[in-house]
Amino acid sequence: MLEVRDLHVKFHNRDREAVAGVSFTLKDGEILGLVGESGSGKSVTAMSIAGLLPRKKCDYRGDVLVDGEDMLHANRALLRKVQGNKIGVVFQEPMSAMDPLMKVGRQVEEVLDIHTDLSPEERKKRAIQALEDVELPDPEEVYNKYPHELSGGMLQRSMIAAAIVARPSLLLLDEPTTALDVTIQAQILELLKKLNRKHGMSMLFISHNLNVVRKLCKRVAVMQRGVIVEEGSTRNVFFNPQHPYTQHLIECIPARVKVIARKHAEEEAEETGQMQPAEGGQTVSADSGNAASADSGQTGGDRNG
Amino acid sequence: MKYAARRILALFITMILVSFLAFAAFHIISGDPARAILGMNATEKQLEMMRHELGLDKPFLVQYFNWLLGFFSGNLGISYSYRQPVASLIIPKLKVTLVMVLISFVIIVILSLPLGLRAAQKSGSRFEWIGTTINQLCMAVPAFFLSILVSYVFGIILKVFTPGDFPKMERDLFGAIRYLFFAAVCIAIPRIAMAVRMLKSTLIEEMEKDYVRTAISRGNDRVEVLKKHVMKNSLVPTITFLGQTMAEIVGGSIVVEQVFGIPGMGRFLVASISNRDYPVVEALVVILAFWVILSGTVADLINQKIDPRLKLGGRA
Amino acid sequence: MMKKKLNRYLIAGCIITGIIVLWILVGHFYTPYPPTKMSSAKLQAPSAAHLFGTDKFGRDIFSRVMQGSGTTLMIAALTILIGAGVGTVVGAVTGYFGGIVDEVLMRLNDALTAFPSILLALVIISILGPGKYNVIIALGIVFVPSYARMMRTAFAAQRDVNYIISARLMGASNLRILLIHMLPNTLHVLLPALTIGFNNAVLAEASMSFLGIGVTPPDVSMGYMLSEAQGMFRSAPWYALSVGGVIALLVFGVSLIGEGLQIMNKEVD
Repeated sequence: MLEVRDLHVKFHNRDREAVAGVSFTLKDGEILGLVGESGSGKSVTAMSIAGLLPRKKCDYRGDVLVDGEDMLHANRALLRKVQGNKIGVVFQEPMSAMDPLMKVGRQVEEVLDIHTDLSPEERKKRAIQALEDVELPDPEEVYNKYPHELSGGMLQRSMIAAAIVARPSLLLLDEPTTALDVTIQAQILELLKKLNRKHGMSMLFISHNLNVVRKLCKRVAVMQRGVIVEEGSTRNVFFNPQHPYTQHLIECIPARVKVIARKHAEEEAEETGQMQPAEGGQTVSADSGNAASADSGQTGGDRNG
Repeated sequence: MKYAARRILALFITMILVSFLAFAAFHIISGDPARAILGMNATEKQLEMMRHELGLDKPFLVQYFNWLLGFFSGNLGISYSYRQPVASLIIPKLKVTLVMVLISFVIIVILSLPLGLRAAQKSGSRFEWIGTTINQLCMAVPAFFLSILVSYVFGIILKVFTPGDFPKMERDLFGAIRYLFFAAVCIAIPRIAMAVRMLKSTLIEEMEKDYVRTAISRGNDRVEVLKKHVMKNSLVPTITFLGQTMAEIVGGSIVVEQVFGIPGMGRFLVASISNRDYPVVEALVVILAFWVILSGTVADLINQKIDPRLKLGGRA
Repeated sequence: MMKKKLNRYLIAGCIITGIIVLWILVGHFYTPYPPTKMSSAKLQAPSAAHLFGTDKFGRDIFSRVMQGSGTTLMIAALTILIGAGVGTVVGAVTGYFGGIVDEVLMRLNDALTAFPSILLALVIISILGPGKYNVIIALGIVFVPSYARMMRTAFAAQRDVNYIISARLMGASNLRILLIHMLPNTLHVLLPALTIGFNNAVLAEASMSFLGIGVTPPDVSMGYMLSEAQGMFRSAPWYALSVGGVIALLVFGVSLIGEGLQIMNKEVD
């Protein structure tokens, strides 16, 4: 589905490479979390995938393949075919990411206008359907609203609707919940899970918050200074961090949250009944050092592969 | 609708305030109008009668109220130097200036929009400084100096029009418009330079906003983003600027009329100031101020149609 | 690369302005010919003896422009000093303290800005009468509202910023806060506005004197000379060209400085 191989991006006005050799793959229907603090290169990676790099202002090399199309070197015509159609993008600030002078509905159906020959009525129908898919209470009404008339959570739902209206196979989510308050954040994460299950959409979820990523993603990659320092199943990375930077990130999470997280992990494990042996090691509530040794092999393996 | 009503109410309040300020100011500075009209040789009795006739023996606020009523019914008082109603003196002159200002405005709109777009497009190129320099030069040339050059080159060398011989609009409308066109260009040029500069920075600023990135992520190319999103978003500052322009070019016309010998409002104003013909000056000042306030209000009303956020009263 | 671009405008502007100002300053003490001395060399085209030629009275235009620009420069500088000075005080008081004073002054400001600036200046002159000091007063008054509004925004923006609050908590007086903590942080707004204001003042003075309601003889300014020059445009076009050229060059130089300053501000952001 998505394959990034040895991606390098260096902006002309910076000394250091923003992305310094990143490789990862995303399978069909998978949700991958990309974690790192600001400046770690995660957003630039996402921009490279979406074909949004300001190419005149940077040097870049490597491969970014989306369904076999090379987004990094694609010309404008090819990019146009892929953007919005195969890849949908949701940005951090819904208020500024939307055109303030265009009604929400028109922005949702803009993708259809570009990529399909649907009649205006059909487009509107599809847009309202998309607004319904993201569980907005009154899609018809939202369709005719201007962005400033909606709350942040409703706007972000509309942004997601606009991103999925053409049923892209890949959804890029660049800090989509960072600007929202905690309850709304949880709702949006639930929604994304549902969309992933319902439409089998692959998602790349970018966040600086490891705890948010944990709630949504099965697999996570941690970025620092332009490289992926650790990659593996969320559970392993979260409870059993190998790289000092990941350990540092996890130390920053309050203990109370970690307890809840552990409980979630246990419940999930019981439900799915997967990975019994490793789980066994963890549920004994032994100290994390024990669990670490049990999982370390897997994490390392993931990283190499 | 509510917004429009509020805006128009504000318009009237400002007009009243401005007219009161002007009336009060001229009431203080104009001394004794009766003497100004009748001259130094008038007897005290004649003066008394004149004051009574002009209503000067009434309280100040009553005088203001009468004057305001007169103003809106077309009675602007009597000119000291011409002994004629001010209204009949200034209306033909206002017409000339209005035509010139409108021509100038059209030139500004037609030229600055494409030039501004182009300047924004070429921003960051190696030759950007050439455009910026030309722009700054156009702003630096004083309008009257430009007028002298234009009237010399087109009037005296090329003989496209005869400077100082302005054809009467009623008799030769085309000739009058051709004459006014050259003056209008001189008024327009510095303003075009400003408009281009403003448009360039507005467009560049808009193109860097987040919603542009969103639009591109949907498959739009830059031209489409410009047409579908950026143009509309740049319209509000542009309309505001054009509203100010409407007001500013009337001020600019004062000097240009002088050079071209155009019998317009500006020239009459300057002459009336020199003659201390206060009723004329007062009427022109208030009319000009109304024009400025009106331009601003019209711009705001248009903007409110474009940007629904303004209805919330963000800027009233 | 950006840094180079910024310096280009700023340096070019400073050089042009510097040369003209120097030239004008020299004109205050020395001119090749006495500016008002008539001679038999009438209507001479520019030559080595008379760089800008002579007018119909045989006066040396180079010397006249040198001295007349000085009047214009002084008027513009003092106008800006009054306009920006009073405007800054009003802006600081209204922006920092707010409240009823703010309301009243800003309404008055709105009413004043309803008059086109040149018109307001003309009206004030019609009250005060012409003359260079009256021109300075008239233009100074006209320039106050725009500076007041701008500085009010600049001061109000800082009112609740952390370092101001902490300065207040440490017991700094209001005057100290305004002068030492806030004023320096408004300079990035004030400096470009000063260049724009200076140019507007030059052009406004020239317009008024050109219309015959600005400076009066024996004072001579750019606008006054241009109106003289217009009368002899056919016989001595070099007169108008040299006066207009010097005004344009001065305004151009100062506006380049303004452009450079603004680009510099953007870079810092």
